Amino acid sequence: MYTFLIAVGALLLLSLVWMVYRIQTLVSVVKGSDRKIASGSNKVNAILFLVFLVGSGALMFWYSIKEFDNYQMPVASEHGVITDELFWITMAVTGIVFLITHVLLFIFPYKYQYKEGRKAAFYPDNHKLELIWTAVPGVVMAGLVISGWMAWSDITAPAPEKAHVVEIMGYQFAWDVRYPGKDNVLGDYDYRLINASNSHGIDFTDKNSIDDFPSPRVVIPKGEPVLFKIRARDVLHSVFAPHMRLKMDAVPGMPTRFWFVPTKTTAEMRAELKNPEFEYEIACTEICGRGHFSMKKIIEVVEPAEYQKWLAEQKSFLQQNPSLAEGLKTEKKEIAGIN
Amino acid sequence: MATATVAHHDTEVHGHQDHHDHEHHDNFITKYLFTTDHKMIAKQFLVTGMFWALIGGLLSTLFRLQLGFPDMNLEVLRPILGGWIDEAGKLDPTFYLALVTMHGTIMVFFVLTAGLSGTFSNFLIPLQIGARDMASGFMNMLSYWFFFVSGVIMFISLFLKTGPAGGGWVVYPPLSALEQAIPGSGMGMTLWLISMVFFIASSLLGGINYVTTVINLRTKGMSFSRLPLTIWAFFLTAVIGILSFPVLFAAALLLVFDRSFGTSFYLADIYVAGEALPNTGGSPVLYQHLFWFLGHPEVYIVLLPALGITSEVIATNSRKPIFGYKAMIISLLGITVLSFIVWAHHMFVSGMNPFLGSIFMFLTLIIAVPSAVKVFNYLTTLWRGNLIFTPGMLFSIGLVSFFISGGLTGIFLGNSAIDIQLHDTYFVVAHFHLVMGSASFFGMMAGVYHWFPKMFGRMMDAKLGYIHFWLTFVGVYMVFFPMHYIGIAGFPRRYYSWTNFEFTNLYTDLNMFVSVAAIITFAAQFIFIFNFFYSMYRGRKASLNPWNSNTLEWTTPLHPGHGNWPGEIPTVYRWPYDYSKPGAAEDFIPQHIPLSQTPESNLPHEQELVKLELEIMKEEADLVANESKH
Repeated sequence: MYTFLIAVGALLLLSLVWMVYRIQTLVSVVKGSDRKIASGSNKVNAILFLVFLVGSGALMFWYSIKEFDNYQMPVASEHGVITDELFWITMAVTGIVFLITHVLLFIFPYKYQYKEGRKAAFYPDNHKLELIWTAVPGVVMAGLVISGWMAWSDITAPAPEKAHVVEIMGYQFAWDVRYPGKDNVLGDYDYRLINASNSHGIDFTDKNSIDDFPSPRVVIPKGEPVLFKIRARDVLHSVFAPHMRLKMDAVPGMPTRFWFVPTKTTAEMRAELKNPEFEYEIACTEICGRGHFSMKKIIEVVEPAEYQKWLAEQKSFLQQNPSLAEGLKTEKKEIAGIN
Repeated sequence: MATATVAHHDTEVHGHQDHHDHEHHDNFITKYLFTTDHKMIAKQFLVTGMFWALIGGLLSTLFRLQLGFPDMNLEVLRPILGGWIDEAGKLDPTFYLALVTMHGTIMVFFVLTAGLSGTFSNFLIPLQIGARDMASGFMNMLSYWFFFVSGVIMFISLFLKTGPAGGGWVVYPPLSALEQAIPGSGMGMTLWLISMVFFIASSLLGGINYVTTVINLRTKGMSFSRLPLTIWAFFLTAVIGILSFPVLFAAALLLVFDRSFGTSFYLADIYVAGEALPNTGGSPVLYQHLFWFLGHPEVYIVLLPALGITSEVIATNSRKPIFGYKAMIISLLGITVLSFIVWAHHMFVSGMNPFLGSIFMFLTLIIAVPSAVKVFNYLTTLWRGNLIFTPGMLFSIGLVSFFISGGLTGIFLGNSAIDIQLHDTYFVVAHFHLVMGSASFFGMMAGVYHWFPKMFGRMMDAKLGYIHFWLTFVGVYMVFFPMHYIGIAGFPRRYYSWTNFEFTNLYTDLNMFVSVAAIITFAAQFIFIFNFFYSMYRGRKASLNPWNSNTLEWTTPLHPGHGNWPGEIPTVYRWPYDYSKPGAAEDFIPQHIPLSQTPESNLPHEQELVKLELEIMKEEADLVANESKH
């Protein structure tokens, strides 16, 4: 019944629009306004550009200011402060250009709308102007590029040797985390060794893997360099830690890396945001299939002392699941603390 | 000879009675289907492009429903989507990915490449350079029908049980190579690849034709320095297409090998669905390099024709010469060259060598310079003009606005340090939908409104055009401007829902707003569809040169036959932008008017050319006279 009523209503509305359309067409034919070069609509359109400029400009400023704290995400890494600064410098530069060009673009239509008897200026070129507006954007771009390049070089430089290593492996549809243990060296892996109990494909014949341990969360110390070693097991994924301003694709067959220095512990961030539930999150930003939107991992940033304590409490893969050690020589089992 | 009859064709305003077209009576099949007439092929591309635009738009409204109203019961859509609506009335997450993939593929390739280039390159190149038709009408026909077949295959893939391709429009392997990873990578992906092969063939056949025609078939006097900017844009677009589409073909072919013949170009060390695959040694990043070697120039393949159309429409309706004609050509050339050496800015965080990232950042930000020059030149063209707001003009001004808004955000994304945070977030979505999607779409609309009288001999209704423009212009900004905020807030692309993460668990109101705006904007396009088809049959009859434009297409009869000009092709004596020339009686002097006929408005250097022009004309006349004696 409702559908029927809606259909009838829509039909009536359409026929009304149709009638109005026909009538205005006939009226314009009778008045002869369709033969004029520019009808009254020309003025209306010119005014609408001004209205759009003022209206949308006001809306943009109002919303940008009102929402600032919502879209401006707090930053918690050293390089993030620099990239944020670059972002806002670029925003200032492009914002000025955006405003000037749009004010001109929408004021000219009003100011120079068609008037009978007026002739447009014949102004085909001006080399000086052309040179100016080639050179000025060129110089500004050079400035932006060079500052961006310097930041990029620092961010992508090799990690300090003492950086805490964490391996993050993406698969459909979650992240697995592995720590290198006391030696700070991750053991070898081979994707052919992956099975139900060895989801990382760790090669336990490599002595570096003996003290490797898993963790349900990424726990890292504040103020010390951390190196994420990133890999993928099946398809492309991308590690995105928004508060750390960190993003790097996880590629099957090609390990990638990203190092950074976290600057605020989870507890400090909770206090800053007055949100006791706050957690640093990792999300996936490379389309990877059905569960792409749900690949979440929590990062917990703690004080260095707390971190050391936490490290000491962790149990290695082999301690947690001694069956992984089957086939290993006894001396290795001893090192791993299994009997 | 035929010269005598040429002069009078301007006065024939009888509409349908095409006296000159007696000799070949086409039947339906040769006139409307397998035609070799570039004008009909252009219309075929246009109508097919419009069909695809509606499909692509419809898909976007479906996924916007999911994003804006995640709790909505979509049971009503079950008759169309069937099993893709689950028992709870929710959209299937896999199908959501298929929707975004197909939306991207359709819009980028079928609408903005074929629909835009295919339509206007075909329609305008012969008409504006003064040629009877394309260099090869047959190849041109093949180009359309390859495109048609490509479309049919892609359309069929929409109805597969496992769904169409769902790995994003870039179809990165391994996701696109492994059926185990996503069902769309089965038959859906196979059809996607076959469809793209036909599409690439179509695009190359078209491109080779455009380039050949522009180089070889220009009429007398139509030097490259007198070409309308539309033709320059179409010409360079075709060059870009010819150089880059084969690389996409190679990328697709290797993907076919990996999928079907067990090679490992892109696959390595994969454990999926409980099984370790035998492939080793391949690199997914290789695919990304190959793909973006097309993919980035592709951006300019869709954008340059729109910029060309805009240059022409803005100059005509400002009644002013385009400012900096030479600078416009140089910046087009600059963009063409640079478009080939910036591709890896899509891959800053793909894991490629960071040093490569620095190189591509430098190259990318250079391309902003010619783009900026174009914007300033458009603005100066408007300055002190006598602006007539035809619907085409409105859409052109809209294009410039989108080009600025979307272009500026490119400066953020081209900076690899800033891109770390913004890559694959909604900031990117906002950026390319404005600068490439909406700007090109507006160029296409400007073209349709401007050249409709030449295509169908009738006018589109201007008032409906205004309503269409304002709804679409405001609508596009309402859809894509808020996405900048969402992007800065870190929302990733291609997410089915936002509730899993705390950092994205906000802006439900803004997403709802975007969705409503998207649906209204989509609905507004039906005003255009109505206007288009209604005006085709019932629109007001057009005059021969309704916009008082200078270019050659307006010297043809109202309904040009196959061959375009009934008599000789007019000769060209001047550039196409002699608008509002001081001293001239009218505010426009078409390209085929000799300088010797306009002594009152000639500039000093043109006055010197008059003597030369007269000499050449005399020689020509002697030649003709001699020939007719023998």
